[in-house]
Amino acid sequence: MSGVYERRLLTQDRGFGLLQKFWQIPWSFALLTCALAGIGYVALYSAGGGPEVYATKHATRFGFGFVLMLTIAMIDIRLIARFAWAGYLLGIGLLVLVLLHGNVGKGAQRWIDIGPLQLQPSELMKIMLVLALAAWFQRASYERVGNPLFLIPPAIMILVPVGLILKQPNLGTALITAMIGGAVFFAAGVRLWKFALILGAVGCAAPIAYDHLRDYQKARINVFLNPESDPLGAGYNIIQSKIALGSGGLWGKGFLQGTQGHLNFLPEKQTDFIFTMIAEEFGLVGALGTLALLLLVVVFCFLVAMRCRHQFGRLVALGLGTNFFLYVFVNIAMVTGSIPVGGVPLPLISWGGSAMLTTMLGFGLLMSCYVHRDVEFTAARE
Amino acid sequence: MIGHTARREEERRRGIFTRRAALLGAGQLALLGYLGSRLWSIQQEEGEKYTLLAEENRLSARLMSSPRGRVLDRQGRVVAGNKLNWRALLVVEQTQDVAATLETFSRIVPLTEAERLRVERELRRRRRFVPVVVREFLSWEEMARIEVHAPDLPGILTDVGHSRTYPEGEEMAHLVGYVAPPAERDMDGDPVLALPGMRVGRAGIERFHEKVLRGRAGVAQLEVNALGRVIRELDRREPLPGEDVQISVDAVLHKKLRAQAKEGTTICVLDAKTGEIVSLVSQPSFDPNVFAAGISPAQWREWTSTRSTPLINKATNGLYAPGSTFKMVVALAGLEAKVIGPGDRISCPGHLDFGGNRFHCHNRRGHGAVDMRVALKASCDVYFYHLAMRLGIDRIAAMANRFGMGVDLEIDIPGARRGLVPTRAWRQQAHNKSWGLGDNIIHGIGQGWYQLTPLSLAVMSARLATGRAVQPHMTRAIGGKPVRGTKPEDFPSLGIEERHLQLMRSAMFGIVNEGGGTAPRAKLPPSYGAMCGKTGSVQVRRVTRQQRERGYSAERVPREWRPHALFVCYAPHHDPQYAISVVIEHGIAGGKYAAPVAREAMITVMDHFRGVTTPQPRVAENRRA
Repeated sequence: MSGVYERRLLTQDRGFGLLQKFWQIPWSFALLTCALAGIGYVALYSAGGGPEVYATKHATRFGFGFVLMLTIAMIDIRLIARFAWAGYLLGIGLLVLVLLHGNVGKGAQRWIDIGPLQLQPSELMKIMLVLALAAWFQRASYERVGNPLFLIPPAIMILVPVGLILKQPNLGTALITAMIGGAVFFAAGVRLWKFALILGAVGCAAPIAYDHLRDYQKARINVFLNPESDPLGAGYNIIQSKIALGSGGLWGKGFLQGTQGHLNFLPEKQTDFIFTMIAEEFGLVGALGTLALLLLVVVFCFLVAMRCRHQFGRLVALGLGTNFFLYVFVNIAMVTGSIPVGGVPLPLISWGGSAMLTTMLGFGLLMSCYVHRDVEFTAARE
Repeated sequence: MIGHTARREEERRRGIFTRRAALLGAGQLALLGYLGSRLWSIQQEEGEKYTLLAEENRLSARLMSSPRGRVLDRQGRVVAGNKLNWRALLVVEQTQDVAATLETFSRIVPLTEAERLRVERELRRRRRFVPVVVREFLSWEEMARIEVHAPDLPGILTDVGHSRTYPEGEEMAHLVGYVAPPAERDMDGDPVLALPGMRVGRAGIERFHEKVLRGRAGVAQLEVNALGRVIRELDRREPLPGEDVQISVDAVLHKKLRAQAKEGTTICVLDAKTGEIVSLVSQPSFDPNVFAAGISPAQWREWTSTRSTPLINKATNGLYAPGSTFKMVVALAGLEAKVIGPGDRISCPGHLDFGGNRFHCHNRRGHGAVDMRVALKASCDVYFYHLAMRLGIDRIAAMANRFGMGVDLEIDIPGARRGLVPTRAWRQQAHNKSWGLGDNIIHGIGQGWYQLTPLSLAVMSARLATGRAVQPHMTRAIGGKPVRGTKPEDFPSLGIEERHLQLMRSAMFGIVNEGGGTAPRAKLPPSYGAMCGKTGSVQVRRVTRQQRERGYSAERVPREWRPHALFVCYAPHHDPQYAISVVIEHGIAGGKYAAPVAREAMITVMDHFRGVTTPQPRVAENRRA
């Protein structure tokens, strides 16, 4: 019966053609992504001391990503919902593959090579998890969400990738993945006392977990607590980053004039510490401006979520928004010495093909949510 | 129906979602706001602090060592200079394979296993772009071979630095000194000392004029990156080269005099009027170049443990009792204190008995009744035994001090000993005993607790000749500008009555030139003028009665038991030019062995300066050796 209903809806939508969809694309948001990629271009131009090292390739990647984003934007959201499971399983498969055959970087297996691309499956996994969870909760009424048994499968859906990512080991990404899953749970209406229960359990388990952390992970936490304790060792990054930020002042040292970045005091200035480059050369004004644009992206995600008339779109938009927010927050909190260094790039600005690909994929899905905000899904089951 | 339920259900879900999304969104907004405030506090409130830190990061001052000043001899010859030091360096980051490069290198210029280990050790310690010295002091031929093979030697660079060189080798070592890598105690706050390859003066002129010779380091303000690699030079202060120091010693003359001195012989030649050191010969000597290149522990042990003490400049640091050469001082003290008149006679039976001891005269049969001139001429010991007992040690010591003995001569050779002239107070302090009357006896003939340097004996001789407090010194000019006064009038008078001095000079003339004198062997050929001198022979071991009865001869006892032979002199008699002291360790007898050495030295010096005009110190135009 439901199948018939669905088909009817689809036939109703026949008039919703590609051209119409194209005009529905939120072009102001597309412009926003261009602005951020432009900031990335400028920062990478400076980091490379010219366009050829990073900036040009960054722009090219963004161009491809932009097309990808627009393409995905026009894919029917219901189609996406239907294949969310396949995407989730693909993500899990890649995570297993990376454990078996991945490239080791900094003591962890995180990358697999797909042709010229180095893919970090954990990044892809976050998006796939959001889709899969949204698809799960799309069909659930408030009452069903209140049923603990109904929550067991989605909880497993979160725990499996989190466990695989922890095994790499990549504590930061595992935590972020769990948080995104938690955000979707929260927005789907899972009762608050269950969150309290889980948070309590995690609080109790944390000291035990600390014992099982790798040495570099413990070092990161310890150095974060007292960066000056080891100025040339693990604390070096945080101190140099803060020096770069602080010496930027209000207006910055000027384009290409940053000393900390250009003299290589900044570690990984083109990836994790790109925000520091911006803050050093363009000062507080540039830094806050960039932060404001990033904030706009998050705000847009939440607006899309509010506008969606179906639970799937709402949860996807909120989940992707939270994902983006966590990237931005962790990265900037890291370079300002507010949380331990975690190797998280700044989306659209940092150098990296894999990150650009997943970011644009997410934006494409977000746009699709917006474009298809008013389509009707099959009714929620009783 | 279904639609209605679904729509109601949908409304409910949406309501919950909206509330919760608003909550999440607010939380995220707050957190991003917090980041904004973090940025504000770092970039605004602490901005100045971090700006300063960024500058410190960026800037690095590099010191550039200055070429060390040279030491020139009296004629402007270089006796301590700088030579170009061709070095092969290895930069790790410019080579694929360090081991292969070193292997190829050692086929071109052989490397010992120790050198290779040192290079590998240094390579591990340095950053990849910092050059490490593979081999120093490359010859021209080796340099050429390295250059030819340059394509096979990735990472090998050649450069040229400076190293100290002493063209005269061991000839001038005691005067010029030597340089060595700075030790902890050499650190005088000058940061340039921390530079690799720096050397500091360790002895002689090199040490005395260390500051002048070292110059001032240059500073380059460099912009560096996080690894310390230089990006560009922002500012530069050129190094100020060290100034040349010219000394009064003539290297050629010095070499001639050294050739005349056997091992254990010390010859001091002063300009009698100006106090300029013409030569200080101390045999044996050492090669200071060994120190500049870095001395091996074995060589150091050999030089420090051997009895002949090559490292010690015996002219300034060897300590001897003056023996009979001291008798003029005792005589002058007696005359000044009026305990004896020039014509007063004292009877010499060949010995003096005092307190159960018999003090012998060197002439066992005695000299009979002698006045002062005869007593000096014949070197009668008994006369001076009596005189010393009348004077007491303190008045003798006071006169000795006026002649530059037992006092700091403020000579420009670091570490020179002041020597010791005993006094009653010294005896009390050093041995906690009071000075006995009998102690005066042997101190009247320059034996006993005296410890004097050969240089101070030459100074005494010059002061006797001139009556002035002539000060010995070696520095003639610094940076081409003459230093202190070299005119005799610059020195104050000793304040000794001229007729007393004349008596001494007359006696010293008689010793060499008249019958009955103890040093006929020191007589100069007539064309050189007359030599005035005094012999001395110093027992290093008590001669027992049994030995005397068996017919003691200093020539037949083992070398280290033989007396030292001394001779002090100046010439010519009426216009003293040069004052000389000769000390021959275990040289047996002053008159027989030291006097001829002094005579030969005097002739050599006079020959050398006859017709040789000493150029006035001039500004050295060409610093590079």
